Amino acid sequence: MAILVYAEHDGSALTSGALSALACAQQIGGEIDVLVTGSGVDEAAAAAAKVAGVRKVLVADASHLEHHLAENVAPVIEAVAADYEYILAAATTSGKNIIPRVAARLDVQQISDISGVEAPDTFVRPIYAGNALATVRSEDPKKVITVRTTSFDPVAAEGGEATVESVDPGADAGLTQFVGAEVSSSEGPELTTARIVVSGGRGLGSAENFKLIEELAEELGAAVGASRAAVDAGYVPNDYQVGQTGKVVAPDLYIAIGISGAIQHMAGMKESKVIVAINKDPEAPIFEAADYGLVADLFEATPELKKALTAA
Amino acid sequence: MKILVPVKRVVDAYVKVRVRSDGSGVETNNIKMSMNPFDEIAVEEAVRLKEAGTASEVIAVTIGGSQAQEQLRTALAMGADRAMLVEADEGLQPLAVAKTLNAVCDQESPDMVIMGKQAIDDDANQTGQMLAALRGWAQGTFISALEVGEGEATITREIDGGLEKLKLPLPAIVTVDLRLNEPRYPKLPNIMKAKKKPIEQTTTADLGVETSTGLTQVRVEEPPARKGGVKVDSVAELVDKLKNEAKVI
Repeated sequence: MAILVYAEHDGSALTSGALSALACAQQIGGEIDVLVTGSGVDEAAAAAAKVAGVRKVLVADASHLEHHLAENVAPVIEAVAADYEYILAAATTSGKNIIPRVAARLDVQQISDISGVEAPDTFVRPIYAGNALATVRSEDPKKVITVRTTSFDPVAAEGGEATVESVDPGADAGLTQFVGAEVSSSEGPELTTARIVVSGGRGLGSAENFKLIEELAEELGAAVGASRAAVDAGYVPNDYQVGQTGKVVAPDLYIAIGISGAIQHMAGMKESKVIVAINKDPEAPIFEAADYGLVADLFEATPELKKALTAA
Repeated sequence: MKILVPVKRVVDAYVKVRVRSDGSGVETNNIKMSMNPFDEIAVEEAVRLKEAGTASEVIAVTIGGSQAQEQLRTALAMGADRAMLVEADEGLQPLAVAKTLNAVCDQESPDMVIMGKQAIDDDANQTGQMLAALRGWAQGTFISALEVGEGEATITREIDGGLEKLKLPLPAIVTVDLRLNEPRYPKLPNIMKAKKKPIEQTTTADLGVETSTGLTQVRVEEPPARKGGVKVDSVAELVDKLKNEAKVI
């Protein structure tokens, strides 16, 4: 059995999500190849070759692949698909954008966002915002899968010695044109891979007050997250959103401040190892999921917590 | 410009779902059903384009049982011009839905398909991208802004690192995210009028679509419950617990 993992990278290394998709591939079992696409990706390909357990790195390097437009990347995956029984990618916004396009072209019913591998043809995935778990079996000759990254610990980025091979990057599909990107410049660790996440909700009341969350996060070396309510209210940009329709996180410590705990939000953080909730409403649903709950005014408790940590 | 908006009947977003004891799925009998919230945003966007004079016709389509006509009535009440029910077995997989929509596109030749980025029941997030692939069209997924120009659409996508702006030649497919707009509540006279509008009916068989796929559901279970913890009385106690009991800081 051979497995192809479409791996996202930042130009110099594979992303943590890609390493989690590789961990999922190892659970399925078989020879694992990695596909790296982009423009000027020698460094990323070399990094991919060092990842533990990779047999071969396929590289498609061309200017029309620079922005990873689905219309241009999907045909590259499709062109090499004949050699593989599995095609995997992380269930990130990029994986979710590209992979269904590949699945449809291969006439395969994709399996989205899997959180477990029960057998080589049987997978577990959350449905209804994580309120139920579905076990599904695929009889398709090829399995096309996106992987919930928090459910698989990333493989080691070092220790492998894969060969690197160029593949045909195809031509520009001539459809979508990249206009621009607004990349958020948040300092501190990345939300989906941080060991500690501090998230704020509607209880903060304003973008100005959200600084309380950022200051506490800085003290803890934590990433900053937010509930949908806080994002919709414009306190922080969209990519801070933790939840079923935002990012799914599973840090060692998740601190939810001024977040009531809508199902939508819980779906994105309930796999965290330790959950702390600070909310002035003792009936807030977030307390049902929290290991440690503090019923308090966040405007007093948050600075006090920061101070206690600084002193320690 | 003609816009097609696919909508799906799902368990209402505010209902706490219960897994059936036999593991066959989630209980949907006697449960409030609604239009998938992302699809409501799609209908709203299409209707706004109509109101702005950009779109000439908005067609809502659903695939499923005859009860899904309720969701088509909602789309009509919001301002869709026509509605179409494609009768099919319950629980069609995204690939089958995309093939069915592809057949509907063959008939209707829309300039744009606007649809939800995912349904809140199976959370698959596939159908729009699959339809774009089957038609060989450009796709703009997870959009939070849409501007339609002459023969093209400029969209803003919500992505992991922030926002991305793309230009798509029409015809194209866009899938909408939460922040694109706030759907309206239909007014009573519009709800009454929508009740009288005809709903066009066809079936997947009539459209010649093969709806079986290679995926079967084995069982559905409750996720392991997270056991609630303790309440602490002070910040000092919290810090102590995190340090000495949970050992996470």
